[in-house]
Amino acid sequence: MSLSSDEYKKMGEAAVPKTKCLRNLSGAFLIGGTICTIGQFVLNFYLDAGLSTPNASAACSMTLIAFSAVLTGFGVYDKIAKFGGGGTLVPITGFANAVVSPAMEFKSEGFVLGLGVKIFTIAGPVIVYGVLASVAYGIIYWVLKIM
Amino acid sequence: MAHKIGKQTLIIDGVVGIRSSAAVGSKKEGEGPLGKDFDIINDDSRFGEKTWEKAESKMQELACWKALKKAEAEMKDVDFIFAGDLLNQCIASAFSARGSKVPYIGLYGACSTFAEAVGLSAVFADSAAKNCLAVASSHFCSAERQYRFPLEYGGQRPPSAQWTATAAGAALVSKEEGFPFIKAVTFGTVEDFGINDQNNMGAAMAPAAAETLSQFFKDTYTDPEDYDLIVTGDLGFVGANLMKELMERKGFPLGENYNDCGLMLYDREKQQVESGASGCGCSASVLSGHVIPMLRDGMLKSVLALSTGALMSPTSVQQGETIPGIAHLVCFSSEKGGIF
Repeated sequence: MSLSSDEYKKMGEAAVPKTKCLRNLSGAFLIGGTICTIGQFVLNFYLDAGLSTPNASAACSMTLIAFSAVLTGFGVYDKIAKFGGGGTLVPITGFANAVVSPAMEFKSEGFVLGLGVKIFTIAGPVIVYGVLASVAYGIIYWVLKIM
Repeated sequence: MAHKIGKQTLIIDGVVGIRSSAAVGSKKEGEGPLGKDFDIINDDSRFGEKTWEKAESKMQELACWKALKKAEAEMKDVDFIFAGDLLNQCIASAFSARGSKVPYIGLYGACSTFAEAVGLSAVFADSAAKNCLAVASSHFCSAERQYRFPLEYGGQRPPSAQWTATAAGAALVSKEEGFPFIKAVTFGTVEDFGINDQNNMGAAMAPAAAETLSQFFKDTYTDPEDYDLIVTGDLGFVGANLMKELMERKGFPLGENYNDCGLMLYDREKQQVESGASGCGCSASVLSGHVIPMLRDGMLKSVLALSTGALMSPTSVQQGETIPGIAHLVCFSSEKGGIF
């Protein structure tokens, strides 16, 4: 029997069960939508309390981050994410989970070389390329303004 | 003294048997279909230790302790320890052996380690040694943090992903003693068919398992029907199906007597482990706790056990390398005399 690696790759792909698309999409819609609805309630609460719109937005983000960090700490967030998938990944709560979870995990290697070094293993690239993208966007905006 | 036949099979000439074996697991393993076959189940997956790595070491210690206790032997009776795990620099094995004062041979064969350890133990017991201890372990939490994501990180696993078993297995392999007997060992070659998805390790390992198994049949002039059970280590649902397809192509179709430890350890649907179990501890615990006792009780007469390993590291995956696989085979039999 001689089997080329291309042939085998096709066999390998055919052997994998299909992702349950409908189930995953509805899970993401439901959980992602719920998180955003909670966010809207929080935002309205801050606006009603008399905060300006930019301040209320910032306070709302901070509340959601704190909320996600606590849920991660109690080991609940990953269980919601198992059901919600992209619905828990995309909102700001997913970013908080990506920072808190390595911080918890690598505490066993110490606060400096463990927690300190590893805290951004998942979120690090998002921060780096997010900052770079905002610089590029800023330059484009500035050039367009001069013209 | 073992001798080689064919291309790569070693025949164990003397009487070498499994004097005792023991399996250790945690909560999820205890809740699985083989839960009752474990000698020790600790619902605390930290096993009373501060770190996951120490917990894995503790599991190995417990497996060795239990196996020796069952054989009414002591650590000083052991001539060599062959042990391995998945952690960087094999710390779980080395740390569990550090109090033993027994010559220690550390192994890395990824998830193929248990068959590798038992095979080497058999060859040693067929020559210079009297008692060899073969041990392997894996821990879901220590493996996840090394290979994948932190435990509390939220995400979904693809259907081809496998669940690293939190388990350890130990077998005391002895000369002139023990039952069942080890009749032959085939150490496998490294096979790479270009799979680069680390969430599909079953597909990466299946060609290696098929290669080792078919080579064993060629070397010994036997067929799949000659054995009561042919069991692979941790190919899972995806890999086991590919294995059947590959063996069919090689001219050794596998029948009802084929199974995979990765499909036996957990209830795939209820326990949500996608394609099945994986890790050194998967084949180590299923063989030590389930298959070897079945041979001992006479429910099985002859078994071919293969442990299968995916030989990648997080570095090699990030550098875009494909995943090579390996599989080692041990032939168990209840026949004392030669069967080949």
